[in-house]
Amino acid sequence: MLRHLDEELKELHKDILRMAVFAQESIFKSIESLKNRDKYLAQDVISADNKIDELELAIDEKCIDLIARYQPMAGDLRYIATGMKINAELERIADIAVDIAQRSQELMEKPLLKPLVDIPKLSQVSQSMVRDVIDAFIKRDAQLARKVVLADAEADRLRNLVQDELINEYLARDIKTADRAVALLLIARYLERICDHTTNIAEDVIYMVEAKVVKHHPEELK
Amino acid sequence: MADIKVNNLNLWYSDFQALISVKAHFAEKKITAMIGPSGCGKSTLLRVFNRMNDLVEGVRIKGEVVIDEQDILSDKTDLVQLRKKVGMVFQRPNPFPLSIYENIVFGQRVHAEGLTRVKLDEVVEDSLRSVLLWDELKDKLKRSALTLSLEQKQRLCIARLIAVKPEILLMDEPCSTLDPQATSRIEELMRELKNNYTIIIVTHNMQQAARVSEETGFMLLGELVEFSKTQDIFTNPKDRRTEDYITGRYG
Repeated sequence: MLRHLDEELKELHKDILRMAVFAQESIFKSIESLKNRDKYLAQDVISADNKIDELELAIDEKCIDLIARYQPMAGDLRYIATGMKINAELERIADIAVDIAQRSQELMEKPLLKPLVDIPKLSQVSQSMVRDVIDAFIKRDAQLARKVVLADAEADRLRNLVQDELINEYLARDIKTADRAVALLLIARYLERICDHTTNIAEDVIYMVEAKVVKHHPEELK
Repeated sequence: MADIKVNNLNLWYSDFQALISVKAHFAEKKITAMIGPSGCGKSTLLRVFNRMNDLVEGVRIKGEVVIDEQDILSDKTDLVQLRKKVGMVFQRPNPFPLSIYENIVFGQRVHAEGLTRVKLDEVVEDSLRSVLLWDELKDKLKRSALTLSLEQKQRLCIARLIAVKPEILLMDEPCSTLDPQATSRIEELMRELKNNYTIIIVTHNMQQAARVSEETGFMLLGELVEFSKTQDIFTNPKDRRTEDYITGRYG
């Protein structure tokens, strides 16, 4: 028998997916704005943040309402509790995309410091992690979520690469370009943070599907 | 409009005041739940709406209860018409010791005499369909209603009300004798019915009020302490007494 709660959960699921799509769009547009020096796209990301914040609040309220009114148990409870956490992570990801867009706007004011090589690679890693984690959430696929957690190491590696290059080749040599080097350094750091939030979502998905806590317990990933 | 406006309603059973200055608006085509501890006056309030308290000796009522722009507490109220418009479902299903068919057409025979067999058949089918009993019972209409399961009996009692085309359904603990599965099916039925009827349910079961209703009133010692959207009552009650009751601290 289909319960009334199931219909409510379907609505919640749709809202979380909308949130995920917004976050994905924001990352994509912020990186495109950086690569193409497109100030309009950067402005798009900044402007979209309000609606994402509103949706975050609406999802939170919905979750609290469902807990209060239905006293969900077991899988339902894990789904709603996880939904609230994923919601917060997605909102943070969208905020970080705004940070990238702002740095991208600052960089547009000045000539290109260097051709972008590793940052686009890092952005690809982060975007594919976000795509996979959303897929894992939709399909309740704990295996795919595990892959996302493990992919985070590559993001860290790329971030270090960018960092080393910027420090050694630019910051250490020419103070006049420091503002641009720092902006790029921050962008690498932002992208790596997006991957960290995505990893958190993946860990939440594993908990939702298997009731297994892998957060702070990497041995449980196997 | 099938809403109910209650204004400064006071009710006494002899010397005991059971309702104290109750003011509320029960919205049309919504489910409103009334919660509160035993003896708080919630069933008394429900019974005011179809004047069932009139049957209690020593009862005195003051105030105003407006349904369809008419104060139903007035002496001029036609009680038969009022109870047709405002039907009541009780705690224990109470089918008449008649066939399933006769149970449903009973009200028709009281309210609209001289209906043809074809018309009555139609009423029986429509009413049973609206409580999702038609497929189960269509070949057993001549069977005594007393042979049905508790849940079926309760559905039948709701069908019997619907047959006379009421506007408002009052439900006094309609699931308290049912098991959790049957309860959940009756709740689904209520959600279906609210598209066409204004429903007020009195329940001891707070979870049921939370699940099924859109608005909730909390009563205590004859007073309507708080009346609000169900979500607000259960996530952010404004009155300390409501919070104490719904969190189990009351008493």
